[in-house]
Amino acid sequence: MHHLLLFNIIDQIRALGWGGAFTLLRNGIVLGSLYSLIALGYTMVYGILKLLNFAHGDVFMIGTFMGYGVLIAFGGALAPTIPFIPLILLMFAVSMAGSGVVGVGIERFAYRPLRNAPRIAPLISALGVAFFLENSAQLLTNSAHELYNGYALGGKNGNFGPLLNPVFTIDQVPVTVIMVIVVLTAIALMAALVLIVYRTKLGKAMRATSFDREAASMMGIDTDRVISMTFFIGSVLAGAAGVMYGLYIGDAYFFIGFLFGLKAFTAAVVGGIGSLPGAMLGGVLIGVVEAFATGYAGGQWSEIVVFGILILFLLVRPTGLLGSPAIQKV
Amino acid sequence: MTDVDGEQDAGNGAAPEPLLRLDAVDTFYGPIHILQGLNLEVGAGELVCLLGGNASGKSTTLKTVLGIVRPRNGSVSFEGEDITSRSTSYRIGKGMAIVPENRRLFGPMTVLENLEMGAYLHGGGAKEDFDRVYTLFPLLHERRKQLAGTMSGGEQQMVAMGRALMAKPKLLLMDEPSMGLAPILVERSFEIIKQVHESGVAMLVVEQNANVSLSIADRGYVLSTGRLVLEGPAAELREHEDLRKAYLGR
Ligand SMILES: Nc1ncnc2c1ncn2[C@@H]1O[C@H](COP(=O)(O)OP(=O)(O)OP(=O)(O)O)[C@@H](O)[C@H]1O
Ligand SMILES: [Mg+2]
Repeated sequence: MHHLLLFNIIDQIRALGWGGAFTLLRNGIVLGSLYSLIALGYTMVYGILKLLNFAHGDVFMIGTFMGYGVLIAFGGALAPTIPFIPLILLMFAVSMAGSGVVGVGIERFAYRPLRNAPRIAPLISALGVAFFLENSAQLLTNSAHELYNGYALGGKNGNFGPLLNPVFTIDQVPVTVIMVIVVLTAIALMAALVLIVYRTKLGKAMRATSFDREAASMMGIDTDRVISMTFFIGSVLAGAAGVMYGLYIGDAYFFIGFLFGLKAFTAAVVGGIGSLPGAMLGGVLIGVVEAFATGYAGGQWSEIVVFGILILFLLVRPTGLLGSPAIQKV
Repeated sequence: MTDVDGEQDAGNGAAPEPLLRLDAVDTFYGPIHILQGLNLEVGAGELVCLLGGNASGKSTTLKTVLGIVRPRNGSVSFEGEDITSRSTSYRIGKGMAIVPENRRLFGPMTVLENLEMGAYLHGGGAKEDFDRVYTLFPLLHERRKQLAGTMSGGEQQMVAMGRALMAKPKLLLMDEPSMGLAPILVERSFEIIKQVHESGVAMLVVEQNANVSLSIADRGYVLSTGRLVLEGPAAELREHEDLRKAYLGR
């Protein structure tokens, strides 16, 4: 028997084998897709306002509750009153739109009044909003873990539904419908985001405003509106991540925004805060690192490793993997 | 020509409403009083230059015209409409555009995208607007895919001019268009200013280079620490003792 962590890890790697490694990789990519979606919101807001929007993780948390609310309104996963595909689509629609509105509201009331204040002021305001949202959710939900029971969606008489069916298997490791949904939805949303940012008038106005807000307003761009839209889009992505978190991981809980949000923030920093491809890459990287740390070293290590990486990047490479070197340290 | 010290000669009877009018404008940055009782007009199709030393308030004047900063007292009107409390985008929609100090291009965006931003309130630019700008600056068409931040200073100046012209302005504001350009490019850029002016666009041009700008302007104003100290037809200003001493170096 060894007591050294390193030996334990090596034993674990041997014991789990290739199948185990693939399982961890699979879990990491699915989890990482959610981190990527949330990281995009952090990075977009940072890009346009140079603000770390600490409340963003809690917008994601509210998204999980909105999805849950729709699910319950239609009978819950065990006895849904409408077919499960429209139900899931409705959960996405409501959570995405609702989170978007919450994000816009946060910007309007907590950040916009501080637009010309020193940079520390909106940062403190962001922390305040985060606590406000967490504590409100705690009060409103009585600190309950609201279970999605996503496994039962579409199943008959409370049996397993199709979400846990394998789509394909690699080395006897199944990749299920919900995993495919998470990854494909994340990819589709990111593709849509890239199209918006690089191809539409709004997206170009967002880039112009990020680069030089005053010059953008000199072109007639209503920069307040552009900033609102940035919060809206980032929060819509967080809302989508919220529903998928509920369906895949299982529950809505007032405190998930903190830890999950912090990991997504780590992803944004690792990718290079302000960079869209960076947030996407960073999310998947953090997801995979976390999954391997959990699988090989044990769950108690996952946070230590992830936040160790955050500290390492902040110290050694604050611009992240894909960030521009000119970026300011916060 | 008038030496401005308080009294303003009233318009001769039924003078037409100028395109732009600043009336007794006081602009502050926080507690600092910058523009002090500024009166200034630009007629339709007129080319007016605004001269003055460093920190005299020239850029602040343009920002006040655009609504980037708001005057504490006084009014700004455009085509006879009081726009003092209107947003910048409203003013640009009404027919203003600016070539800002230091150009302020969107560096990580392409030349084409920069031009599109100039026409932001006009649907991102109709083909004829692009054609007009590309005729004036054929290089911009050639380089439309290049990132604006990677262009040379002279080329960036063309992008900044082209971007402003995309808005089809009635009034074009220019803040030191010749700054940082080699003499030959200064001449070239003033030729273009003249050309644009002759196409009917009114202009308010801020310049340190008084000689060249007065040679193409209709009228001029001279600012000193936020107050007008001289105004009049360009030809007369060129001959004015004080101005010659202070700015023309002869
Ligand atoms: N945003 C600002 N906040 C505080 N003071 C400002 C601001 N912008 C300009 N000023 C001050 O206002 C005064 C006038 O500045 P302005 O930029 O209008 O001068 P200018 O005539 O354009 O000078 P230059 O020829 O050097 O460009 C200066 O003393 C400047 O320091
Ligand atoms: Mg200036």
